[in-house]
Amino acid sequence: MKEHPLLRTLIGVGITAVIVVFLSVRLNAFRDYQIAEIATYVTAVAGLTVLTGLSGQISLGHGAFMAIGAYTTALLLLHLGWPFIAALLISGLLTAATGAVVGIAAARLRGPYLAGATLMLGVALPSIAYAYQGTFGGDQGLNVVFTAPGFLGASFPLTRWQAWIATATALVTLTLLANLSRGRVGRNWRAVRDDEVAAALAGINVAATRVLAFVVSAACAGLAGSLLAIITALVAPGAYTITLSITLLTAAVIGGLGTLPGAIWGALVIVLVQTYITDVATSHGLSATVGANIPIAAYGLILILVMLAFPQGIQGAVRRLIALFVPQKENIPHEEPTVRKKAHDEVSQPL
Amino acid sequence: MKSASPYRRTLAITAFAAAALVTAGACSSSGGSKAGGSSGSGSASSGSGPLSASAPGITATTITIGSHQPLTGPAAPGYSEIAPASNAYFKYVNAHGGVYGRQIVYKYLDDGYNPTTTSQVVHQLVLQNGVYALFDGLGTPTHLAVLSFLNAQKVPDVFVASGCDCWDAPSTAPYTFGWQLDYIREGKILGQYVAQHFKGKKIGYFYQDDEFGMDGVKGLDYEIPKSMVVGRESYTPTNVNIAPQVAALRASGAQVVVSFTIPAFTALLKLNGLKLSYSPQLVVSNVGSDPITLAGLVQTFAKQGGATVNGNQLINGIITDGYLPSTGNTANSWIALFKKVHDTYDASAPFDGNVLYGEAVAYTFVEAMLKAGRNPSRADLVSAIQAGLPQGPAVAPYAYSSSSHFGITGTYMGVINNGVLTEEGSALTTDTTPTGAISAYSGAQQQAPASGIPSP
Repeated sequence: MKEHPLLRTLIGVGITAVIVVFLSVRLNAFRDYQIAEIATYVTAVAGLTVLTGLSGQISLGHGAFMAIGAYTTALLLLHLGWPFIAALLISGLLTAATGAVVGIAAARLRGPYLAGATLMLGVALPSIAYAYQGTFGGDQGLNVVFTAPGFLGASFPLTRWQAWIATATALVTLTLLANLSRGRVGRNWRAVRDDEVAAALAGINVAATRVLAFVVSAACAGLAGSLLAIITALVAPGAYTITLSITLLTAAVIGGLGTLPGAIWGALVIVLVQTYITDVATSHGLSATVGANIPIAAYGLILILVMLAFPQGIQGAVRRLIALFVPQKENIPHEEPTVRKKAHDEVSQPL
Repeated sequence: MKSASPYRRTLAITAFAAAALVTAGACSSSGGSKAGGSSGSGSASSGSGPLSASAPGITATTITIGSHQPLTGPAAPGYSEIAPASNAYFKYVNAHGGVYGRQIVYKYLDDGYNPTTTSQVVHQLVLQNGVYALFDGLGTPTHLAVLSFLNAQKVPDVFVASGCDCWDAPSTAPYTFGWQLDYIREGKILGQYVAQHFKGKKIGYFYQDDEFGMDGVKGLDYEIPKSMVVGRESYTPTNVNIAPQVAALRASGAQVVVSFTIPAFTALLKLNGLKLSYSPQLVVSNVGSDPITLAGLVQTFAKQGGATVNGNQLINGIITDGYLPSTGNTANSWIALFKKVHDTYDASAPFDGNVLYGEAVAYTFVEAMLKAGRNPSRADLVSAIQAGLPQGPAVAPYAYSSSSHFGITGTYMGVINNGVLTEEGSALTTDTTPTGAISAYSGAQQQAPASGIPSP
């Protein structure tokens, strides 16, 4: 088994898929909708966490990449009537191409300059929808018609189908990212992140490596945007503001930057905390105006607490917890210190 | 990550995916499991008889309804008062016996005027909270995001808080009903007033660049001769710099500016004009002319620019229209009723046009629920509204029928005078066609019931 990491990943994916199918059938339609939302954010955050955590580049413009994916899907479904799976793939590819363009510019920028450039992308791109109202529908956006395929039967809940599609996409994305980051590409990313000069001396093409990280990350965001389009049945600029970009980054940081399980934690936090706290706030007799602001405050509080208590994010905390109960790894005890050091490095990356 | 064992990482991914979903599962057991599915057209029993759980969201003791509202974000000032005002009226009804003994539970969630959030909260209300109906969902772009979802789920989508003509689609959106005067009718009535009262003057338009503004302009163009219109300027609500548009209107020589704007942009139009010493006669849609909101905004904006102005003085003389009695008309029985309810249940908010709106639309909902019967299905509410509703607080009748889901069909003209809207003349009604006549409404205005609650 040890020699076949891909096989093990696939088994893991298979098990998760079975669990999701089981849960989606057992739970009510709103939980299915939330599963779909979580899977969507997992897809986007996983891409961002690879970009920022592994290749050491920050992006405050991932909301814009999601918008590209979402509008591509909406336009393909609306005007050409393509099957969703084709629209999903094209959305991913087109966003990847945009990511390459942004990545080429980004490869020359560092730290705050890169943050500024991507921030500009995140702010400016959604307003294209206002400039070309005929194509993009302006403020009202485009309505996306998406139905469950006929072979599932007329009474099959749409939200369950959305949960399946989104989870499948998220799992495929996680599998690909896991393989990519554990192989040569991932090694190059980490080498460039830790020391560009050393990486260049070791024969790594620094610029190409950094651009590739942007391409991969943008493709993930594009897929997520495409999923969000069919889940909310609407693509409007209001959904893809700078707030979304920052939410994604927050999710990656809360979950644990640079780790794929961290992307799952982060997605869970941004989807579930909001709904849960709104429910609590409104059910305890707070006026809706106060209640409406509490999730925003709670979100900030969670961010502060996680950063204070677990600077490596939730995944870092979980690792520490596991280390408490399983002090010695049965297979590879000598690797443990390296893991710790690496986790430390990830967090100490300047943002 | 390279140094971590791939095996462990794979395990971790799987474990966390599983944990994630288990968490999702655990949450669901605490929430209600009422999936809002088919409504079925169960027979509505009238007369007496035991109260039953006749539809999703209805129990023997409660009727749960939901809404999406901009409680935070750019559209919140003013509009965030509407849902609490509706709730105040429901509390009044609940305290006086409820609807056939059932208490109304009104659950309104914040969507920040963001259509994607609207989609999320409406899914939650329908699928998780199992609301009987969606009531007074606010906004055109926001509500369009959930129109097809609500109709696919067969959830009554009553009295959308927007005057877009999109809510009148009995064949494609049979569960959706408008309520307030639609912007085309309003544009026609304002247009006729302008054409009659400002003959020979140069007219300019200033409008929001979406369904709201464009429907309004459509109505204006039905009535105002093209030759009179010298300037047409629009704005997007996300960009508050409207100096170029105001300068263009000034350059066009427009002496009268007809404005389909939300309150913030009516205020900006006034202030930008002031800066350019340009003070055309303003004729403003009801949406953007509530005197209390407007005066407050003018003062706030001027203060941000470092100037002190008297808001009420600046908005004096603005011509507008109203499809509900003016809050300044204290002799009106509806104003007396809604003021009383406001003072008891919603006293922290100012008694302005938004509060009046919220209470009046809540009154209409109670009217409709009473007509839907003691144990109504979801379809019964739709049938009850299609059978027509009494006019209630509105100044003109509703258009509701099986072929029209438009709401109020007319409005009176008025002028803002010392922070109060003064009604001028009787109500005018019309239709949405280019040639449909505008006529004075001859029917008598209804009086508010002494109990404050509509009779079944």
